[in-house]
Order: sequence, then C-alpha cells, then structure tokens
Amino acid sequence: MDSLLNAQTLLSTLDATLRVSTPLILCAMAGLFSERSGIIDISLEGKMLFAAFAAGTLAAVTGSAWIALGSAIIISVLLSLLHGFACITNRGDQVVSGLAINVLASGLTIVLGIAWFSQGGQTPALASESRFMPLELPLIESIAQLPYVGPFMQSVISGHNLLVYVALLAVPVTWWIVYKTRFGLQLRAVGENPLAVDTAGISVSRLRYKAVVIAGILCGIAGTYLAIAQNAAFAREMTAGQGYIALAAMIFGKWRPVPALLACLMFGFLDAVSIRLQGVSLPGIGEVPVQLIQALPYILTVVLLAGFIGKAVAPKAIGVPFAKER
Amino acid sequence: MSTSNIELPAWIEILLIPILNILMALFFAGLIIFAIGENPIDAVRIMLNGAFGYDEGVGYTLYYTTNFIFTGLAVAIAFHARLFNIGGEGQAYIAGLGVGLAFLALDGVLPAFLLIPIGILAAALFGALWALIPAWLQAYRGSHIVITTIMFNFIASSLMVYLLVNVLIKPGSMSPETREFTEQSWLPFMHEVLGIFGIEVTRTPLNVSFILALVCCLLVWIYIWKTRWGYALRTAGQSEAAAIYAGIKPKRIIIITMSISGALAGLVAVNEIMGVHHRVILNFTAGYGFTGIAVALMGRNHPVGIIMASLLFGVLYQGGAELAFEMPKITREMVVAIQGLIILFSGALALMLRPVIVKIWLAIKPVPSAMQHG
Repeated sequence: MDSLLNAQTLLSTLDATLRVSTPLILCAMAGLFSERSGIIDISLEGKMLFAAFAAGTLAAVTGSAWIALGSAIIISVLLSLLHGFACITNRGDQVVSGLAINVLASGLTIVLGIAWFSQGGQTPALASESRFMPLELPLIESIAQLPYVGPFMQSVISGHNLLVYVALLAVPVTWWIVYKTRFGLQLRAVGENPLAVDTAGISVSRLRYKAVVIAGILCGIAGTYLAIAQNAAFAREMTAGQGYIALAAMIFGKWRPVPALLACLMFGFLDAVSIRLQGVSLPGIGEVPVQLIQALPYILTVVLLAGFIGKAVAPKAIGVPFAKER
Repeated sequence: MSTSNIELPAWIEILLIPILNILMALFFAGLIIFAIGENPIDAVRIMLNGAFGYDEGVGYTLYYTTNFIFTGLAVAIAFHARLFNIGGEGQAYIAGLGVGLAFLALDGVLPAFLLIPIGILAAALFGALWALIPAWLQAYRGSHIVITTIMFNFIASSLMVYLLVNVLIKPGSMSPETREFTEQSWLPFMHEVLGIFGIEVTRTPLNVSFILALVCCLLVWIYIWKTRWGYALRTAGQSEAAAIYAGIKPKRIIIITMSISGALAGLVAVNEIMGVHHRVILNFTAGYGFTGIAVALMGRNHPVGIIMASLLFGVLYQGGAELAFEMPKITREMVVAIQGLIILFSGALALMLRPVIVKIWLAIKPVPSAMQHG
C-alpha cells in the first residue's frame, strides 16, 4: 500500500494514465461528433482497428510514420463513408452498420495481416525512425526544478509522443467547434431536430456526412497511435474493446467534450491502476479482483445510463434515419 | 420519387432481394480471396467439400449450425419486438455459469434423466437473467438496450474470468476451467444415438442439442405467429402507440421478450458444455452470439430462414477450417470477415437494391387489364 501512495509511483501511474487514455480520448471525440449529428457510432472499435492495421502496414512498408498516419486516416474515413452510405444515404440501421464494420475489421485485419506478413497476424516490428517517438517539452529541464509542479510536468506531461498531445488538443478544439462555430450549431441542431435544419434550407445529409468524416479522421489518429506510437507494430485485435470503452466514456460524459475527457482519464486511470493493484491487498477492502476494475467502466456506464447518477440524455434524433418528405 | 411505399410481389421481397444481398456479400468475400492471391472458385469447392464431402464434415457443420440456430432465434425474437439484443454472447457465457453451478452441486447425486433437464433449465434461466437486467433497465429506466447489452457482454466476460480463475477452478489445476462433470450429465452424441439404430458414423461433437435447436425453431414460430403473446409482441414491435391502445403493456413485452431471447442464447451452453466440453471453460462462446446477429438478419427473423442461414454459417465455419488447412494464406478469420460482409449487405444495406428493383419491376410487370390508375 505504501508503495502505491509514494510520489514516484503516483507520478508514473498518472503518466501511464495519459498513455492509455489517448486512444480513448480521440475515439470519444470521434463518437461525439457522429452522435451529436444523430448517427450512432458503435464502429469506433472497428475503425480504430483497421486504422491501426493500415498504420502498422504502411510504416513497415514505407518506413514513414507520416505516410502511415495519412493512410490510417484515409482507411478510417473510408469506413466512415461506408457507415454514412449505409445509414444516411440508404437509411439502414445504424447499429447494424456499425456492427458490420467492427466484425469486418476484426476478421479482415487478421486475414490480410497473415496473408501479407505471415507473422500470425502481426505486422513487422518497426524501427524508431518509422514511429512517433517520445518528445521532451522545451525548457523541461529547468521547469523540472520547480517544487511540486516540476516533477509533475517532467514525469506526467512531458515525454509523450506527438499523438498524445494531439489527443489532448482535440478536446478544446472539439469544444470550440461544437459550441462556438456555425457548423457546431448546425451539428447540434441536426442531432436534435433534423426537420428544423432541413426547413432552414441546410442539407441534413451533408452535415451528417461531415460529422462521420470527422469521426473517421479522429479514429484514424487513434489507430495510428496504437500501432506505431504506443507500440512498435500492429497486433491482432489490438484495440481490445477500447473503442467500446471510448463509447462508454462519451456517454458517461453526456455527449459533451470536457466531461467525456474526464471520463476517458478516469477509465484510463482505472486501467493503469489495475495493473499495479494485481495481488495487492487494500486496507479494509482486501484484494480487489483485477477483473472488477477492468469491468468498472462498463458497470459505471450501465449505472449512469439507468439514471442512478445523474441523467444521460442522448441527442433526440439519434438512431433515426432522416427521410426528406416531399 | 420515394420508392419505399411501392409494393413489390412477395417473392421479390422475401426471396429475390435477400438472395441478391447475400450474393453481394459473397462476391466481396470472393474479391478478398482473389486479392490475397487464391482462387475464389477453388476456395468454395474446398469449403463445400469440407462441410459436406464426408460424414465427419457433416457432423461438424451441423454442430456449428446448432449454436447459430440458438443465437439466431435469440436475436430474431427480440427483433420482432423491435429490440436489438447484441448481448447474446454474454447471455450464452453466463448460461454456462448456470450449467456449471448446477452440475458442480448435483452431478454426483442425481441420475441423468433429472440432471439433463436441470442443466437445460439452468442454462435457459441464467441466460434469461443476464438479458433481464438490460431489459428492465430499458423498460423502466430508459437506458438504451443496445448499449447496455454491449456493456453486459464485457461484464460477463470479466465475471467469468474472475470466477473460473479464482472460484470454480478445479482444485490444484493451473488452467482456468472447472473439473469435468460426471457422465450422467453428458448429452448423448449423435454418433451414439445413430449407433443404437445401427447407423455407423464418425465421432463428431454433434449431439442431441441439434434436435433441441430444431424444436426451438418450431416453438418460436408458434409463439410469434400462433399465440396471442406473439401477436402482442409483434404489435408492440410495429407501433408502441397502437399496442398501448390495444391494451398491450410494452414494458411487459420488453421484459418477456428479452427473457426468452436470453434463454435461447443461453442454450448455446447446452450444446457446448453439456454436449461437448463437459466442463466450463474460458470463452466457450467463441463469438457465436455475434454470429447470431448475422444469422437473424440473413434469415429475415423467420425460423425457416434462420435454419438456412445457420446452415450456411455452419458450412462457413467447418469449411473454413478445411480451407485454412488447404490454402495456408487464408485463415479461419476469413469467416469473420464474411460475417461482417453479410451483416453489412443483409442488414445495414438491406434496402440498397430496392429502388433499382422497383424501377425494373415497374418497367416489366404484367399489367392487369382491369387496372386503370396504376
């Protein structure tokens, strides 16, 4: 227990929290754009997985992290467009379409991975030149001398790769777009009352397509992070349910950027702590099963959705295909 | 012009369009195989031979089919009440817990004619309970059933890992599984049953739960189309307002329908644990719950369609294993990819072809002479 509370362990746990939260934050913002426009997106998982595969493959083949990032985004956006084509253009069921993308990604990334690289579904291990590597923040050596703030800045905030900072930046940018721009106003309106938006002469379809494309870009970055920043290769099923945790975090944050960020950090913290708590007996509680901590994000989301801690209200028009009546 | 109101003849709606959708999915699956550098036609031949070419293959095909019938029916009955049960996987998993608990307590004590019904009931009951919580939350607390059933899959998975690693594990064993149950609790294998009648077939995991699956198809058909409960269920699925006006309580429909759905998904545990493994093991559900969604969409939520779709998936699973053996570049996960394509084309894009087909139909349909205003 002592070891858990000492400052160094705490700092390294927070550091790990930020690392595991990054894909959650990116996917939660992705889900937020899509769902605020009225399109349910359970395919965060599949888009992230396919993007991770694309990033791992392209980084291995070209050796360039940037080409890998670009192609991961393209693949993820293409899947978004497929989702849009099914749910917006063909007015298909949004959950079914999302599920199709997840199942397809789960199968196809393994099939292609084995066919192309014959390493049991993994892509070749990458050298550091073809990955996003940790960056030291400028002046961090002198900031580290400050009391309290210094070690925190040095151990937790500094020393991550570029995509971690992109994820952190994505939150204020999402907030600004959703609440402070004309597009954001239209986006929120189309998720609540598409008919009103249509009456105002704005295309519901185009708005929703824009929203799902933004979601695709963000999932593409998240997948790239998993394959070539946090790890040095794509591994089969490497998203391991994180897309669903991000979805849960977004719901937990009640479809708002900052609370969603906090939920991602909380779920990330649980994940980081669960590794440290293995076999540790807490005073008064005893040993907490790792599986309980791993299931906690899902349990908390169910409890929240049931209205036992506040009320999570989804955008009104979510899940309903829009039919322009003539 | 919107084409969704134009009526098409039944054979186009329930045969032609679904078959075209499946063909599109299979066409894209063929493209993937082609892109990998193998011949799709050869792949189909190997698969069909692996699935039907010899009696062992047939046994495995029908053994997989059994699981898909259970999970397909589970998804379908919920669909009729316009409920999307994505939780079949978790419900089947927890049903395994029910079977395990019942047998760990009773298998040395009771004879087979009591143990087997108790095992089946335990599976159905635990599956139903795991579906009941999301159902209650949807009916009385307004949570979205899709999200809660997804969450319950993950919770079930964590719970089972915990229980198998820490509680139910065979004492002194390292692998997370229960002890083997006594033989009185085993379901008879089909090769044993057929042996009684003097028919010799190769040993396969196929067991009498296949017959249970067919019986369930009949029961579900009767329930949905021939009883007043089924009528209430379909009414609630079509229009909640109409249901309330007719004196049907939609909340009760949600609870009852999801319980039946969970119980059906739970019967996967009968096939897998009582029929094949004879112990509770990690991940014995192996994605069958998710495949049930593809099966229900493909079978258009009708028991006959579900039997055919389950058979197709049985062929894909068994033939896929053979294919992975014959064509090393293609792995078993190809079946998962095909499943994704089928969910896409038979589910999300089910209506994609309809406007085109309506146009073609309007152009070629025989015009009845008495009709004047079209």
